[in-house]
Amino acid sequence: MTDADQELRVSKIVNGTVIDHIAAGQALNVLAILDIDGSGGEEVSVGMNVPSDRLGRKDIVKVEGRELSPAEVDVLSLIAPAATINIVRDYDVVEKSRVTRPEVVTGILSCPNTNCISTAGEPVESRFEVLDDAVRCGYCDELLREDLAAHIATD
Amino acid sequence: MRHDHLISARQLSRGDVETVLDRAAEFDAGERVARDDDLLGLCFFEPSTRTKMSFDTAMKRLGGDTVDMGTVESSSVKKGESLADTVRVVAGYADALVLRHPSEGAAKLASEFVDVPVINAGDGAGQHPTQTLLDLYTIRENAGLDDITVGIMGDLKYGRTVHSLAEALTEFDVRQHFISPESLRLPRNVRYDLHEAGADVREHTDLAGILPELDVLYVTRIQRERFPDENEYREVAGEYRIDADTLDAAREDLTVMHPLPRVDEIAPDVDETDHATYFEQAHNGVPVRMALLDLMLSGDGGDGR
Ligand SMILES: [Zn+2]
Repeated sequence: MTDADQELRVSKIVNGTVIDHIAAGQALNVLAILDIDGSGGEEVSVGMNVPSDRLGRKDIVKVEGRELSPAEVDVLSLIAPAATINIVRDYDVVEKSRVTRPEVVTGILSCPNTNCISTAGEPVESRFEVLDDAVRCGYCDELLREDLAAHIATD
Repeated sequence: MRHDHLISARQLSRGDVETVLDRAAEFDAGERVARDDDLLGLCFFEPSTRTKMSFDTAMKRLGGDTVDMGTVESSSVKKGESLADTVRVVAGYADALVLRHPSEGAAKLASEFVDVPVINAGDGAGQHPTQTLLDLYTIRENAGLDDITVGIMGDLKYGRTVHSLAEALTEFDVRQHFISPESLRLPRNVRYDLHEAGADVREHTDLAGILPELDVLYVTRIQRERFPDENEYREVAGEYRIDADTLDAAREDLTVMHPLPRVDEIAPDVDETDHATYFEQAHNGVPVRMALLDLMLSGDGGDGR
């Protein structure tokens, strides 16, 4: 079976975003990063551990009625570096892109260092420099490697 | 100097360090300048009498003056004013700011809100780059900064002076040995940076094995409050204490340093030996800070190297 066939297992969407080629096991983290839990009424389909030519196994997320912003796509790359983003309008893929790792992510992750000035109510957004295999707080230098999804800023 | 601010030892290139140390040596040799019009803002959000006095002295020796925000208890910070607001106000009075703050990243944040140079005088467990510069100055005066072996011993986990120094030493041809209890070894972000910098680094739990190779032994204090129980602290602390007898096994020209204050990790009988360099190290803070202030206030930032 091809990837295209597999996609059919997860219901087609009319308008919205298909995030494909997510590393297996990361789908729920992707939803967390995008702050999607279904409570906003959006229709969300998730496929986990589906076979993939490229990745062996992959996860796939489809969000009806929502197009991802470039900033959201950037941060996705931290946990799903191989992901592809398909923007769907009226059943057609109108835009297809790969995620790219940004040099800096701003306002998305919050620093796990409880003594970091960026978490102290100052008038600044969190800022992390993206390294090859980690991200580093632009204020206190704290390194974050695993489990980035647990540090998504919730405000 | 390439930089408008001094936030982290990580931003200091070998060239930057040499520029500051050379200038410090000129001040040490009695050079005078007249910075009559310059005012340095002292923003100490936590008490650090010595560091503050050292900056105050350095600025006055340059012919300038200081304005002091005062203690946190007596200032608007107590009323909940943000750091960003406080430094913006002080930067309106002063030509440069020195900042000491209990939170990591405070100096970086301050530098984003003001147009005058910011010098980090210690932010939480983060950076303390002027301490690093005076440490480097002391090492250079006593052992040189190339082809030397430096041992750094004590609390390597929480000791910010250690982190800054280790990072700065990667700019020079220095073999670094870290000696600490397992529970107080270097944090992983520092090990990561040292690794990235290609540093020649080894870690030990015991000083004896490495002591005879060292040109410099940098001792830091192991703090009681880092340990959940007193006995555990006693057990560990004793192993990282040196006295004159310990140093019998060391090279004759070993330089022993300490950022001070010490408690009992260096026995008083070491003071009488030629190894003891920690008081000289503390005094070096003034010429080094004079050099730094003079370079930054001269507006050399951004000129490139
Ligand atoms: Zn931080």
